[in-house]
Amino acid sequence: MLEFPVNINRKKKIHQTVMFWIARLISYIIIATLFLILFFIVKRGIGVINWEFFSTMPKEGMTEGGIFPAIVGTFYLVIGSMIVAFPIGVLSGIYVNEYAKDGNLKKFIKMMTNNLAGIPSIVFGLFGMSLFVNQLNFGASIIAGSLTLALLALPLIIRTTEESLKSVDQTFRLASYALGASKLYTIRKVVLPIAFPNIITGLILAIGRVSGETAPILFTAAAYFLPKLPHSMFDQCMALPYHLYVISTSGTDIESSRPIAYGTAVVLIAIVLFVNLLANFLRNYFGRKVKMK
Amino acid sequence: MRLFIEHFIEWIIKGCGYISAFIVLLIVFFLFREGISFLNSSPLEEHYGLYVNIQNPITKLSDNQVKDIFDQKIVNWNQIGGHDDLIKRISVNELDDHFTKEQLGSNFEYLSVCVNRYIDTVPGAIAFFSERQLAISPNTKEITLEKISLGKFLTGLEWFPTAQPAAIMGTLPLLLGTLLVSFFAILFALPLGLAASIYLAEIADERVRKILKPIIELLSGIPSVVYGFFGLVVIVPFLQKVFNLPVGETALAGSILLAIMALPTIITVSEDAIRTCPRAMKEASLALGASHWQTIRKVILPYASSGITAAAILGIGRAIGETMAVLMVTGNAAVIPKSLIQPVRTIPATIAAELGEAPFGGLHFKALFALACILFIITLITNLLVERMSANRRTS
Repeated sequence: MLEFPVNINRKKKIHQTVMFWIARLISYIIIATLFLILFFIVKRGIGVINWEFFSTMPKEGMTEGGIFPAIVGTFYLVIGSMIVAFPIGVLSGIYVNEYAKDGNLKKFIKMMTNNLAGIPSIVFGLFGMSLFVNQLNFGASIIAGSLTLALLALPLIIRTTEESLKSVDQTFRLASYALGASKLYTIRKVVLPIAFPNIITGLILAIGRVSGETAPILFTAAAYFLPKLPHSMFDQCMALPYHLYVISTSGTDIESSRPIAYGTAVVLIAIVLFVNLLANFLRNYFGRKVKMK
Repeated sequence: MRLFIEHFIEWIIKGCGYISAFIVLLIVFFLFREGISFLNSSPLEEHYGLYVNIQNPITKLSDNQVKDIFDQKIVNWNQIGGHDDLIKRISVNELDDHFTKEQLGSNFEYLSVCVNRYIDTVPGAIAFFSERQLAISPNTKEITLEKISLGKFLTGLEWFPTAQPAAIMGTLPLLLGTLLVSFFAILFALPLGLAASIYLAEIADERVRKILKPIIELLSGIPSVVYGFFGLVVIVPFLQKVFNLPVGETALAGSILLAIMALPTIITVSEDAIRTCPRAMKEASLALGASHWQTIRKVILPYASSGITAAAILGIGRAIGETMAVLMVTGNAAVIPKSLIQPVRTIPATIAAELGEAPFGGLHFKALFALACILFIITLITNLLVERMSANRRTS
């Protein structure tokens, strides 16, 4: 970092100090707001969290009991969406970084990926409903919800794959070619293993994103109240974020369902925290191992 | 054989490369298919009609006139250019006022006869029935309604999508609500985010930065429904108390929440922009005797301005499309917003709240798809703007 002179005139110095403190203060306020939100919810929600909360069905119009079906439903949706989005996203990323030639086509594909990332989640919900639920006749089901969420996760996975492939040094590829390996073989045996940790980090972040989305599953998968587990992938399921939405806004007895709402919110926050920590850990852990330039 | 497999896999990779472009096109197709079929359709539900006496000179009505007639704001045909006859409304829900059970028959088998006779004998009658219920007699004629046009859809002042007999779908209140909430969200978030990104990029130690940045990024990972819940239990009651409001669910609550949610996007993007300022520029400023703050203000910020603008636009795009948090805290009243401390309804919230109740393939259903088209176009434009700006930055 550049060293700026300390001996500047008094007026300038006071001005600078004040401005710097304002910037610093605002940053701390933003951080404090985050902790305030987390603290507020966790403090009220932590009390209801126990094994029973995780493992039982909701009861009495969702004012009692646990969130077991919502956890299972979210799990199914996340797994389903990742089974679809991960391979396609990674292959797409490989195409953009390894195969596509610089030019208008590559620009176009990148632009479309960025556009896809910017489309509001409710629009994905409408699209999923229109294509999967109605056109393909899946009905509101786990598979329709998973596919919708997969579309949402796709740009995220494509971009992280692309970034991690870009960070693989060109010399690795050249060395492999020099040994007579084909392009695909080089990608498979040299490039992908090096880029793998970062790709996995992207996958984990996508899991975090998908597990918290509500709007795309509103009309494609989520059941209002379903005190049993889904039998097949053509069944509706409950999901944590939708459950939180339902019990905090449209219950008949909001006061007595509040503790469950806090508990559900804590679980959602815990998922996000866990996912972030895991991604950070992997990034650091593998980051050390791969650096061999 | 091996070569064949390799070729095959490379074909798959190439195919997957086009997937995002393909999905965007699919989204366009499915949204606009419903959205466009909504335009130029009649505001009446399918298979329903408005019928009047053949003597009545009125042949065409607008949706607002129909609403006023059935709300009894228009009580005489001469108010809308007809003969001087009192308007007698008759529809399925008001059968009891006009006929007895015996007249209608036990299974309503005489309904058609009764209604036709009523229209024949009462010159001011207007009947709202389904074609299935009513066989039209030669003395009855159907009124045509003005079709829903794009202009009317975009500039209409009222949103009553389920009004009977004719739905009124003007999106202006929703559009203004969306823009108001997003605008103020950015107004709150941009200065804060800019200050934080200056701090992170220029002022903070590398060590502090490494701790703070992931924490701020954590903000964007929290599901929007959790923010909505937080808004519902903290911000809404707080605003209600502070401003002494009847309800705390207001545009302001939505703006505050969206500002919090937009912060990480704004901070990350503008921090990146600030950090790309070349060292040589800073050194030049230093050599001219400028202080660090002067350099930030006069050199680094102007240099990063296109990146910061991109951050703001990206933030606006995100705010406009945000659904759940806004749905939970803005009160969802489809009125033209007059102040910040008043309930508003945004476009995404409207879709989320109403699609569940809109009958599949019906007028209301299609209207919500048309709303999604508007949303899609807005976010597409913001994305392209951001794209254009970052492309400019790379080349300059």
